[in-house]
Amino acid sequence: MYSYYLTIVLAPLFAAIVAGLFGHKIGRTGAHLITIGAVGLSCLLSFLVLYRMYWGGAEPENIGVYTWAVTDGLHMEVGFLVDRLTVLMMAVVTFVSLMVHVYTIGYMHDDPGYQRFFSYISLFTFSMLMLVMSNNFLQLFFGWEAVGLVSYLLIGFWFKRETAIFANLKAFLVNRVGDFGFILGIAAIVTFTGSLDYATVFGQAGDVAAQSIEVFPGSPWNAMTLICILLFIGAMGKSAQAPLHVWLPDSMEGPTPISALIHAATMVTAGIFMVARMSPLFELSTMALAVVIVIGAITAFFMGLLGIVQNDIKRVVAYSTLSQLGYMTVALGASAYGAAIFHLMTHAFFKALLFLAAGSVIIAMHHEQDIRKMGGIRKYMPITYWTSLVGSLALIGFPGTAGFFSKDLLIEAVKESHWHGQGAVYWIAYLSVLLGVFVTALYSFRMFFLVFHGEERMDKATKSHLHEPPWVVTVPLIMLAIPSLAIGWFTVEPVLFGGFFGDAIVVDQGRDVLANMGEHWHGPAALLMHAWQTPVFWLAMAGLATAVYLYLLRPDLPAKIKAKVEGLYNLLDRKYYFDDLYIKGFAAWGRNIGRTLWQRGDEFLIDGVLVNGTANSVGKLAVVMRQLQSGYLYTYAFAMIIGLTMFLGWLIWFR
Amino acid sequence: MSDYLLSIVIWLPIAGGVVLLAMGDDNDSVSARANAMRWAALGISVLTFVLSIGLYTGFDTTTANMQFVERAPWIDAIDVWYYLGVDGLSAPLILLTTFITPLVVIAGWDVIKARPAQYFAAFLILEGLMNGVFSALDGLLFYVFWEAMLVPMFLIIGVWGGKRRVYATLKFFLYTFLGSVLMLVAFIYLYRMTGSFDMAGWVEVPLSLAAQKLIFIAFLLAFAIKVPMWPVHTWLPDAHVEAPTGGSVILAAILLKMGGYGFVRFSLPMVPDGSHYFAGMMIALSLIAVVYIGFVALVQKDMKKLIAYSSIAHMGFVTLGFFIVWHMSGESGAVLGVSGGMVQMVSHGLISGAMFLCVGVLYDRVHSRQISDYGGVANTMPVFAAFMVLFAMANAGLPGTSGFVGEFMVIIASFKANPWFAFFAATTLVLGAAYTLWMIKRVVYGEVANDNVAALQDLNSREFVVLGILAIAVLLVGLWPAPLIDMMNVTIEHLVEQAGQTKF
Repeated sequence: MYSYYLTIVLAPLFAAIVAGLFGHKIGRTGAHLITIGAVGLSCLLSFLVLYRMYWGGAEPENIGVYTWAVTDGLHMEVGFLVDRLTVLMMAVVTFVSLMVHVYTIGYMHDDPGYQRFFSYISLFTFSMLMLVMSNNFLQLFFGWEAVGLVSYLLIGFWFKRETAIFANLKAFLVNRVGDFGFILGIAAIVTFTGSLDYATVFGQAGDVAAQSIEVFPGSPWNAMTLICILLFIGAMGKSAQAPLHVWLPDSMEGPTPISALIHAATMVTAGIFMVARMSPLFELSTMALAVVIVIGAITAFFMGLLGIVQNDIKRVVAYSTLSQLGYMTVALGASAYGAAIFHLMTHAFFKALLFLAAGSVIIAMHHEQDIRKMGGIRKYMPITYWTSLVGSLALIGFPGTAGFFSKDLLIEAVKESHWHGQGAVYWIAYLSVLLGVFVTALYSFRMFFLVFHGEERMDKATKSHLHEPPWVVTVPLIMLAIPSLAIGWFTVEPVLFGGFFGDAIVVDQGRDVLANMGEHWHGPAALLMHAWQTPVFWLAMAGLATAVYLYLLRPDLPAKIKAKVEGLYNLLDRKYYFDDLYIKGFAAWGRNIGRTLWQRGDEFLIDGVLVNGTANSVGKLAVVMRQLQSGYLYTYAFAMIIGLTMFLGWLIWFR
Repeated sequence: MSDYLLSIVIWLPIAGGVVLLAMGDDNDSVSARANAMRWAALGISVLTFVLSIGLYTGFDTTTANMQFVERAPWIDAIDVWYYLGVDGLSAPLILLTTFITPLVVIAGWDVIKARPAQYFAAFLILEGLMNGVFSALDGLLFYVFWEAMLVPMFLIIGVWGGKRRVYATLKFFLYTFLGSVLMLVAFIYLYRMTGSFDMAGWVEVPLSLAAQKLIFIAFLLAFAIKVPMWPVHTWLPDAHVEAPTGGSVILAAILLKMGGYGFVRFSLPMVPDGSHYFAGMMIALSLIAVVYIGFVALVQKDMKKLIAYSSIAHMGFVTLGFFIVWHMSGESGAVLGVSGGMVQMVSHGLISGAMFLCVGVLYDRVHSRQISDYGGVANTMPVFAAFMVLFAMANAGLPGTSGFVGEFMVIIASFKANPWFAFFAATTLVLGAAYTLWMIKRVVYGEVANDNVAALQDLNSREFVVLGILAIAVLLVGLWPAPLIDMMNVTIEHLVEQAGQTKF
């Protein structure tokens, strides 16, 4: 299937190049036809590979494509590793990408950068596929940075807006902080294993875990712990885990289709995918897993809280994404990699749906994004309304939806992960994901009610134009609503308990929570029947009820509550002051250092004192010396006599 | 013909330059005569490049021996030879030189109004001399090329430069000349020890540790100034700011590489114990270059200064890669570091050249290098903006571009040496992106800032060709560096072996 893999990867690249370089020649229609055709082909072939691998029993493949470079015994290759984990990601990425491509026709209809946009999203698809299909760390890093590049280009797509170009720079730099750790992790892997190839590295994982490295004098670290934490720093950047989460809400400055594709469904899940891919390494370091689970828990709960106070429709969904990524990270830390990937998949569908629905509202509202100026849109946009409802229900894990299966079992897995002991780590993780359910339901339906129900708060002109967007927008909504509603039912059993991933994910026997849960698994229907017995269900219902009460029944209350808890509100409104710390703290601090080094170090000390100082000294010395070179014979004769006397004197007295 | 290939790539451009000088300028920059001069310069530089491809196709990647060797007596009395040859260290740099020179000629095409024939002649002569430096195997011959090179560069900055060109060019000349004088002293010492100027002999001759230390310091000053390493770097921003675009390109792309080349051709193999002794200091200076200069680049207001500082930071990777050789605990890692440094030199030649050309494109239109005079260039120059963002990303070391290859290899190798080396080196991921992309944000993106920007015309076909060729080169090396690395591997393995041996 080698030719399939090449086609899957290269078709979007080809389309991106054509649409990017020859966009003005092929025109708007040409640009969207070629990119949609290419991504459609990739999607079709990805599903074919998925089919062959799952139902056809095809073996995982590890194929080299070409040798990037060889030196010093280090083989740097480009190649594909396609196993069950990869193929699932390929299917998700290409499917969501295809939907977003179609949707873009409607959303970017009037934009002068139409061809450029299609070129970028196709390039993104290529980059993401390179990332998930890689069989080595070099290509992984290539894909990792390439998706970052496209994200940068797309956040700043409307490059005239100051907020957009601020956001894209911020996104790139914060990601680079993560990549800083990531590349050191890769360097550590090469140092200990001498290879970049996954298979070789995994094969030596046991030996590496037995070694230690002295990072600080006198404090040896387990080599595997160091490697995994460094790699996870990369994941924190890309998957926007606290404290490297600050870029994701700002990335909403980009056009909505990419918020759906890149900043919700695919790119931000790269970190989750990477950790799952590296499960043979992470499983060897409980220390690293503890870090993973705590970071994930903090992100899951605290970022969810921020969603409650946001008023920008896209930012609410963005904070929800942060929180859900935190859930996935918690699952990784609990060694329930399968649950993380399963939630990644369902989340990709319903979060892409929510973003595209938000985009649909934004189009209808003439690019108004403030939910305080919406309300009662339900009757103008029925398709958007119903699909949004599906997405929101899936997000809060309403029984039967895709999100129910993935989130319920994810939380169950965290609860069962006794290996961390019953210590602080366990309770932080479990309580965060549990309480997060209430928060999720509250912010989701706060937004839902403020947008679709209640009083119509928009101005007259906007209201008169409110209508459902064209089919290119609504069809992707429906296409995404179907899996959001139904996919959990069909896939939960094989993916979580049927050994779907095979050898792609390695879990230490002693803490394989999913295997333990599998022993009590009686099918999706049974889970559904017992849903009402779990705290997860009641917390979600409580959140939903709170939203109903506050935003439908007593819309006067939120303002009063806000006035009562002003301190807390400000803390949330300022996003825990992370942005202030980074912008007024680190960024300003960096510029000050630069200025000091430049003006005091370079200009004053090196140039002023040393370089020009030397030149000046030579000049001054020359002034003195010039006095001696008077040209008068008697001066020279006098100097000779003095010199001679001194020389003779030295001979007499000291010898 | 391949027997004389090196002589041809040295003397063909020099002879061409001399002819151009002899023909001279009239006072009209658009006359038929001036045009003929331009075409002649382009023809000669392209021909030189085409011929130099023979150095790649005919190169034997399986040997560390010198290839394309030419040897003839020059000054019998003191045993000086006209002795040329290339190996995996020098051949890529010669190719870089012959590749960049035609681009510089095209870039200066109708921009240079004053005395075009002399301008192009200076670049052709400079090209020949630079090729001479990279291929000389006789110490004195090397020295002659090395110093002669200063003259055309001195004139290029001094004649066609900006307002403070005289200050800058004197600073450049005195700074670099001061360094090379001590190198000459070391050469004479080595000549006394071996009785010849044969550089291969200098590698073989046993030297005491004390002598090696002194020679290392003498070399260090010459090479460190050229690279330039912190703290002898302050001539570079001034020289760049005042140099005409073509001068900046050659300065950044090739002249700086002389310093790096000097370390691997002279310091490492000739005084391995001296190099070993000072390796810790060299690593520290390299890391200071990466971190300190990274911060300094962040606050620059002048685009050329910013790129000049970024050059210094990137060259820090070159010296870091070279001097971690002695910190490897196992058997591997050293070759990776040196190869990384070498790749970084070639890549930096392409990227910094391209960045200076981009600034030149803007300068030719607006006559300002200040970041604050721009904003929203992408609105009026979309094609140019695409190129500039690409090169900026390459400058920030994005995988898929050449800028990534060397940095990646050096970071990996330095982790082997000591994780903290890698830690400081990897700060470039953040700093490099910060200073480069912040500049892009302020210059390329945003609303049209002023009338000058509103009146900008996008790239003409001449500029498009130059930037397009560089873009292809940057991507090619980034996506498939194997041909370049294969060319150097065996030579570098041999070099690492030499560097690991004790000579006293």
